[in-house]
Amino acid sequence: MIQHIVLYPIIVHLLLAILLLFSWNSIKIQKIISAAGSVLSLLVAIWLFSTVWNEGTLTIQAGNWEAPFGITFVADAFAATMVLLTAISGIAVSYFSIGTILKARLKFGYLPILHFLLLGLNGAFLTGDIFNLYVWFEIIIISSFVLITLGGEKKQLEGAVKYFTLNIFASVIFLTAVAVLYGLTGSLNMADLSLKVAAIENRGLVEVTAILFLIGFGIKAAIFPLYFWLPASYHTPPPAVSAVFGGLLTKVGVYALIRVFTLIFVGDAFLETIILTLAGLTLFVGAIGALVQNNISKIFSYLIISHIGFMILGLGLYTEAAIAGAIFYIIHDIVVKTNLFMVSGLIYRLKGTMSMKNLGGIYAKHPLLSLLMLVPLFSVVGIPPLSGFWPKLSLITESFKIENYWLIGAIIFATFITLFVIARIWAEVFWKEGKKLPTIQNFRYFHLLKLEKKIQILGPIAFLAFISLYIGFGAENIQQLAERVGTELMNNQLYIESVLGNIKEQP
Amino acid sequence: MKTIILRTASNYLLPLLLLFSIFILLRGHYLPGGGFVGGLIASIAFVLHAFANGLENTKNLIKMHPGFLMPVGLLVAFLAGVSPALISNLPFMTGIWFPEPLAVIGMVGSALFFDIGVYLVVIGVSLTIIFTITESA
Repeated sequence: MIQHIVLYPIIVHLLLAILLLFSWNSIKIQKIISAAGSVLSLLVAIWLFSTVWNEGTLTIQAGNWEAPFGITFVADAFAATMVLLTAISGIAVSYFSIGTILKARLKFGYLPILHFLLLGLNGAFLTGDIFNLYVWFEIIIISSFVLITLGGEKKQLEGAVKYFTLNIFASVIFLTAVAVLYGLTGSLNMADLSLKVAAIENRGLVEVTAILFLIGFGIKAAIFPLYFWLPASYHTPPPAVSAVFGGLLTKVGVYALIRVFTLIFVGDAFLETIILTLAGLTLFVGAIGALVQNNISKIFSYLIISHIGFMILGLGLYTEAAIAGAIFYIIHDIVVKTNLFMVSGLIYRLKGTMSMKNLGGIYAKHPLLSLLMLVPLFSVVGIPPLSGFWPKLSLITESFKIENYWLIGAIIFATFITLFVIARIWAEVFWKEGKKLPTIQNFRYFHLLKLEKKIQILGPIAFLAFISLYIGFGAENIQQLAERVGTELMNNQLYIESVLGNIKEQP
Repeated sequence: MKTIILRTASNYLLPLLLLFSIFILLRGHYLPGGGFVGGLIASIAFVLHAFANGLENTKNLIKMHPGFLMPVGLLVAFLAGVSPALISNLPFMTGIWFPEPLAVIGMVGSALFFDIGVYLVVIGVSLTIIFTITESA
């Protein structure tokens, strides 16, 4: 059965995590398994993606129970793209972790938990059942709690408490929303929900449920006004962990928002206004936050928030081109944000600090490394032809069509501030004359590392930088993909039919 | 808590509770019970033994680190989930059953092995947590 591939990305990571647990006592074997397994998962993700691209949406019923009673797994173009991005980001983070994470952390199960996290991400993207989505979210947040606290430094625990509290709160709201939705319709299958919710006459009740989902996913995606846990916690764990969090975790929230609001709660003018307002405010507030920070890792955290606004904006505009723009932005953002945090890790290795005031002189000392780091930094701004430029173009065009000049203002403001912030990082960290920093005892500076370790740090950064460049220069391919995803999401009939079969034949 | 009554009782309770946990595990498919509850009861048996005889004695009794049961249990559950796809090309997690019921146990299918996996994971997790806390206290 060709449909089996839908579950392979999940199964690969589950098997990897089990194997990693078996080799608990030997970090060396764990590293080999994780490195080889990440390659395998990338190959599986490419296989799934190309199959979905050529043959259309694939579905499988876990346990062979017919939809809508059993749990359906659906790989449409959107889910397959997200799985592919997870694999790309996952392979980079896996190698970067092998190179940079301290032995003390690896010894307490860092790598198994990382693969459990990737398992949860793949599951969340592939599931077609709203309660199952909740279960995958739980796997994701439990793994992320372990990753964020592992090592037990004081600032880590402080950040983890904030992270933990708000994410648990979001899960509770999400679960409540699922319960209310089940009470309204008696179904949990997303395709079935789409049909049943459309038939409910009391629209007020549906809107309240939708708002509950918006709050639950909104906290996870860090949109205004519930974003403040993110900058409080994302700079505390090691850069490898921040990279996977910054690249992928908030995007799961965005994925869930897009999925739910294009499939289940569709065509509600009230909700669209709310989403658009939130998007504009997120763009604005995140950008303002990034202006005043000194720690580069914190600046990147605020940029994550600001740029979530672009994706939500595409959802709020709710036209095919706008959603395609949001999808393009997600593709660009996952790659580039993962890379940004790895770059901050590299800077930390070079200088022993992340404070912009103390940094400086990297360009004079390491011109080639600086050029490498230039790619993700300038991609995030979207200087044409780098990757951030293209999705903004379609978002602005679509905003013009509805003549909402506040939104255009917010987009331009956020982009301008991003440019300003990145330019300041470039000036302060790379161009400014370097201060003489006190040497930290026992700190493993970059030039002290073995060649093997250096490759493990630089390889992932170069890999993701290359993909960023491809997204920028091969934009027509990505645009084609984004448009296909946009079309599929806007015509959700296709999704429903591939899950439930031909609806008209049913009584 | 080294009273002679508890110590004597725990020596009898340990095998009894373990048997009871397996009974609960097997009962689970159609009636209340299953791997999770069974695993909890089995770990209670060991915790009671540790209360009465000291942690060291219990560890000697188990002979291996309870944490090792986690990957073993996960692997059993994983294989139970994958087996329908490997054996008869059905979707993952489909229940496949032996045609005839076995004596005492009843009907045996892949769901039972999934439950056994859960049983082992629960024992592993709860004993690891309790042992670690007891050691650091």
